[in-house]
This record gives sequence, structure tokens and C-alpha cells, in this order.
Amino acid sequence: MSAAPQTRHAPRHAPDTPPVIEIRRLAKSFGANKVLDGVDLSLARGESLVVIGGSGSGKSVLLRLVLGLEAADRGEVLLHGAPADARLRARFMQDFGMLFQSGALFDSLPVWRNVGFRLLREMPAAKARERAIASLSRVGLGPEVADRMPADLSGGMRKRVALARAIATDPAVLFFDEPTAGLDPQRATAISELIRGIVTQTGATAITITHDMRSVRTIADRVALLDRGRIRWQGPVTAPAGGLDSDPDPVLRAFVEGRPLDPGA
Amino acid sequence: MSTRRIILRPADGVRAVGRATLATIRLVGAVAIFAARAVVAPGYAPRPLLEQLLRIGWLSLPVVGLTALFTGAALALQIDAGGQRFQAEDVVPAIVAIGMLRELGPVLGGLMVAARVASSIAAEIGSMRVTEQIDALVTLSTDPVGWLVTPRLWAAVLALPLLVGVGDVIGIMGGWLVGTTTLGFTSQAYLSNSWSYLETWDVVSGLIKGAVFGAIIALAGCWFGMRASRGAVGVGRATTNSVVAASVGILASNFILTSLFFT
Repeated sequence: MSAAPQTRHAPRHAPDTPPVIEIRRLAKSFGANKVLDGVDLSLARGESLVVIGGSGSGKSVLLRLVLGLEAADRGEVLLHGAPADARLRARFMQDFGMLFQSGALFDSLPVWRNVGFRLLREMPAAKARERAIASLSRVGLGPEVADRMPADLSGGMRKRVALARAIATDPAVLFFDEPTAGLDPQRATAISELIRGIVTQTGATAITITHDMRSVRTIADRVALLDRGRIRWQGPVTAPAGGLDSDPDPVLRAFVEGRPLDPGA
Repeated sequence: MSTRRIILRPADGVRAVGRATLATIRLVGAVAIFAARAVVAPGYAPRPLLEQLLRIGWLSLPVVGLTALFTGAALALQIDAGGQRFQAEDVVPAIVAIGMLRELGPVLGGLMVAARVASSIAAEIGSMRVTEQIDALVTLSTDPVGWLVTPRLWAAVLALPLLVGVGDVIGIMGGWLVGTTTLGFTSQAYLSNSWSYLETWDVVSGLIKGAVFGAIIALAGCWFGMRASRGAVGVGRATTNSVVAASVGILASNFILTSLFFT
């Protein structure tokens, strides 16, 4: 019998611990456009949750509200059981890693300074560079990339560099916004497997936003479907009954099978 | 066919003025808070400040120098032409020097730097805003104001007086060039005339104006850049707005400073 894998963070589902993230009745509108209308979700320690939904369903907005990049109209976000005000968010942000859809690499900094951005405040530049190169190697990039500028990289490499930046400090909570968007199928699979590997290896809690079903099956422990501003369905990927592949919910089935929604569903 | 008449009552006008006044007060307050945050935000490293000093100060030197040179030269010709009406051609060097130091050096230098630097800051920060780089700073526990605005603000406040000082010297040299080649002054007479009527306050007031204009330029660029949205169109709009706001700010504050300094 093999030993359980070593993880850097506390074991998942520890008893008597509040969810890492809890979202209660979260609502957000942009003008007359009601994007989120009372979302409830929670995320246990060490869990990998994937939020799926059609384009414009508010998935990215949900992530931005959790991170405090947008202000909610109603509802609240709890971090480790406490309401997330600016001060609490600033404290927990130290332990968050975020991969943006566009990568959001700093154009004016070379790759290693992007990856080691946070590390540079904590240690001498030589040590931060060493750690940044180690982080790059975790996502399959060699040290020759370290001194290149982000503009000189391909889309897939930029995504990997952004992923290396997100995991450089081994954060306890990882956020991935459309990690495979704009990538060819091979690169998308490679990025999804990297994310799964990192989450499993480090024991980090992860929330991923995507509408790439291959990515969902690789990354998710649990899936939530966002539809018309609310969580319509949530459950595991595979289950004897009621999982992502077997639940009869018509909106879920249409989304998973990639076909138009039946009228009236 | 029916016609609709729009009846404007005095109360509507008062309401409109009130709304505009409140909006202006809100805007001034928001910009003041933004500026205060930039001043008190923790600086992260000397390197960004030095980079901005190079970009705002050193790289603006050619445009400020050329502007000052031609302005000083043209001013000498104008004052000579005007002075002939009163047989007062001898005052050309002194008026060129005073005009450059008190007004034209700081204002024209400021406007040229506004065109070059406010637009560049707004475009750079605006691009960062629309490509989520500013959000990335937040998620990396970094205050975007401290990281982006503070070094640009201090660099502009430090660089503009230096640029104005260099521009003043070049402007006076522009007048000297015209004075000695066209207007019949000897080199010694021109320089002596320029020097003898100058006061320390003429120099210092211009340098203070430069520092104020530097703050206006940096804040305009950063303010509109940080609020850019809607992709390339938003960045373009931010760039235009920053130059307009910085230019109007420079001209308005120049009037206020001149009133304070010289009345």
C-alpha cells in the first residue's frame, strides 16, 4: 500500500474548520445588467472547485468579487469564517495566488521578475531569482526563459509564466480564471494537468473558472454551474447518480454536451 | 401635427448649476484623496523612481530645450519690434530673461512635458488597467497607487524644476543669439543687461511653478490611466483627457501662482 502524498498545506476537510471561502447571497449588477443574483457557494480546505457557465454568465465577476477587485451590491464573502473586509482581504491576499485569463504579466519586467514579484519583497534578488527559476521549472519552462520579456513569449508560454507566478510562494488558495482560454487542445490539456498536479501536490484549495469541459474533468473535485446569476447545480464530476455526467438537469446536460438549450428549460 | 414645447423654469437652471457644482466638488475631492494616497503610499524601491526620473526628466530635455530656444529667440525679436515704438530697445535682454524665468520657461516647458509625459503615463497605466495588470498587482499584495503613481509623482515634481531651470538658460541663450546676430547687441552688453535686472525670486518662482506643474502632469496621467476602461478606445480617451486636463491645470494654476507671487 502506497503512502499518502505529502502536501504543503493542512489536510482537507479538517473537522471543525470553517470553509476557506464562503459566498452568501452575492449579487452584482452593471447598470441594468444583473450579472449575479444571489450566489451561494462554499469551498472547503484542499478542495478544487470548478465553476462553469456560458459566456457572460458572471463567472469571472464572481472571482473578482471574492478577491475584492469589485464591490458586491449585496451579499457577503467570508474568508475562513470571517466577513471579508478590506483589512482581512489584505491579510489573506498574502496567501492567495491568481492566474488571470489574459496572464496579466507585467510588460515592463522580465519573466523572472514577474514570477518572483512577491518574493523580491521578502528576500534578496539573487535568492528570489533562484526561486522564480524553480517555479518556472514546475510549469515546464527552462531557465533560458527567465530573462526574456513577456512580449517575446507565445500565448502558451505566457500562460505558464503566469501560472508560475501564481504558485511561486506556494499559496494556500489558488484562483484560476479561464486557464486554458485561447490555447490549442494540447497546450490546454498540459495546463489543466499542471494545475491538477500543483493542487494535488501542494494540498492547496483551488477555485477555477472555465467553460472548457476537458479542463473541468481534469481539475475538479466538485463542479458548480452558474446560470442566470445563480448557482443552478453543483456536485462531483463522477458519481453513481447525480454527478456532472449523469444529472438530468436540462441546462447542465446542454452545457456539458455542448448543444443548444431546449426552449423552456 | 403636434408641437412639443420645452418649458425651462428658473428652478431647472438652479438645479443644473447645483448638480454641476456638486460634481466638481466631488471630482476635486476624489483627485485630492488620490494625490494624498500617492504622497503617503509606501515607496517600494528607488529603482522605479530613478527610471521615472530618466523618462520624465532626461528624455524630455530635447523638447523642452528646443521650445525654450525658439521661444527666447522669438521673444527677443518681438520685444525689439515693440520697444522701437518707445525707443526702448535696450530692455530686450532684461525682458527676455524675466519673461523666460517667470512665465514662458515654466509654462511652455510644462505644456511640452504635459504633451509628452501625461499622455505616456496615461497610455501605460491605462493599458495595464485594461489588461488586468493593475488587478494582478492587488492580488500580489501590492498597492497600485504606491507602485505606479508615487514614483511618477515624485519624479515629475523633482524633474520639472530642473527642466525649467535648463529651459530658462537655453531660452535666454536663444534671445542672446538673436540679440547678438540680428539686433546689434554685443555679447557682453546683452548678458550684462540680462543679469543686472534679475532678482532671485524671478528664478525661484519659476522653479516652484515647475514643481507644481510636475505634480499636475503626473497626477493627470495617473488619474486618467487608472480609470481607463473598455479596451483600446478607453486607453485612447484616457490619453487625450490626461493631456487636456494637464494643460488646463497648468494654465489655471499658473494664473493662481502668478497672482500669489507677484501681486
